[in-house]
Amino acid sequence: MTHAQQLTDAQSVVAACRADFPALDQDVNGHRLVYLDSAASAQQPSAVIDAIARYERHDHANVHRGVHTLSHRATDAYEGARETLRAFINAPGTNEVVFTSGTTESINLVAQSFCRPKLGSGDKVLISHLEHHANIVPWQLVCEQTGAELVVAPINERGEIELDALYALMDDKVRLLAVAHVSNALGTINPVKEIIAEAHSRDIPVLIDGAQGVPHMKVDVKDIDCDFYAFSGHKMFGPTGTGVLYGKETLLDAMPPYKGGGDMILEVSFSGTTFNELPYKFEAGTPNISGVVGFGAAARYLEELGMHNVESWEHELSQYMAQQLSALAGMRLIGTAAHKAGVQSFLLDDIHPHDLGTILDHQGVAIRTGHHCAMPVMEFFGVPGTARASLALYNNFDDIDRLVAALEKAREIFA
Amino acid sequence: MIADSMHNDDVRDLYRDLILDHARSPRHFGKLDNMTHSAEGINPLCGDKLRLYLDVDADENICDAAFEGSGCAISVASASLLTDTVIGLSSDDAMAFFSAVIARLSGDDSRDDDTVDLGKLRALAGVRDYPTRVKCATLAWHALKSALQQDTAPASTE
Repeated sequence: MTHAQQLTDAQSVVAACRADFPALDQDVNGHRLVYLDSAASAQQPSAVIDAIARYERHDHANVHRGVHTLSHRATDAYEGARETLRAFINAPGTNEVVFTSGTTESINLVAQSFCRPKLGSGDKVLISHLEHHANIVPWQLVCEQTGAELVVAPINERGEIELDALYALMDDKVRLLAVAHVSNALGTINPVKEIIAEAHSRDIPVLIDGAQGVPHMKVDVKDIDCDFYAFSGHKMFGPTGTGVLYGKETLLDAMPPYKGGGDMILEVSFSGTTFNELPYKFEAGTPNISGVVGFGAAARYLEELGMHNVESWEHELSQYMAQQLSALAGMRLIGTAAHKAGVQSFLLDDIHPHDLGTILDHQGVAIRTGHHCAMPVMEFFGVPGTARASLALYNNFDDIDRLVAALEKAREIFA
Repeated sequence: MIADSMHNDDVRDLYRDLILDHARSPRHFGKLDNMTHSAEGINPLCGDKLRLYLDVDADENICDAAFEGSGCAISVASASLLTDTVIGLSSDDAMAFFSAVIARLSGDDSRDDDTVDLGKLRALAGVRDYPTRVKCATLAWHALKSALQQDTAPASTE
């Protein structure tokens, strides 16, 4: 590979990690798999798969309940993962790390438990035009329930939030700003630290949808000073069905429970119930213990690689991908923000994205096609959908060359 | 290494010349002036969306058909071929085509109806190797059924 000589040591460390991901070691439709759909769901390293298997084989029991040895081990593994994830995002306290089923549930929790009690007619929830449906629909629901208004800040043709317009919309009726760290459809990295500072100067709390942030960059919730940060395990090389809601302790403390059940209570009688302390107040029922163990293993894996190394490697790759794609005849890149993660939406000639997806799959290249759960973004660009190639730390320059070759083949077929 | 269980030889078996031709130049594309029946077909997975128009006379014969909408090459070609096929057929014959096409595209050979000659519709059979694309090919046909049965809800592939 001609690019290899130019890599720094840090980048080479990440480039070598591809072998850690067993699912990447296979042929699909007679070709070596090129997986460019990590923004939908990332593959898992052996470290994660093995941690889950080890837990299931040796340590499984229910958490926070039994006095027996396995229950202790399960509780240690579960709470150990919470501490790992706390450190991963540099949250001040483990009690600020609530386990959920994923980003979607994390956002719904804030909508229903934080917003719903304080919203009424005349109040507003502010989002942006580039949000994933998971950061739109929960707010629509809570606005319908309360009579509040959902306000949407505009984006520009590069797929960046118009910051001046966003700040102008931050009036004294806005009860929460919810915005993505990284756009899943466009790859735009939003300047969340600056946005949060602006919101806080107007006393507006901020939720960051970090689903596409955590796999690609070092996230420090203390540094950016967000009030809530939501993310998923499966986008950062962990299992599906796991997620975190980080929230500032004072805010979480004041919020009513989101779901009722076991584990979230201290004492139950028919005359009333005393809720458990944070974070257990928000974790009703037996949690996804093995999933959380795998989630923790994924965070440890990333810590060992070093998120700054990951970011640096992915930066090289995404620059190369943008260059190679723009050199293709008939290419229209959608999402050309100045500050971008390794997610590229595009259209090739007038070939429908689903036809592109099938032709690429035939050559072993897995991409996402469609609206990417961001229909307002598609509407903004006047397209029903796009093809999207999304990178993760295990991709390399060859993957991008294969993508380009497969797109050339698609042009031949549709010539 | 994980073994590869499904390997199709050529993607051109899906994108045959006839399909590409109908996708590029769909026949009977647009609205109908004398429309008696219509139905919308929506594939929520893909976002493919089309509306089928029929002009059915008092004797239940389809005098004319047209469609409009947007979708992938497979769904547009299938709709184009559908309109070519059903014009001049009775409603009952068109429904027989519906059943035969659905059976053929879903790979259910036991339901193959020998009384229906699929003719150039056989070009759609390539989708059988692409489970995620079968719905693209059947979308217009579900809309045909809805239109003839005068269902008010959009036909959905889900």
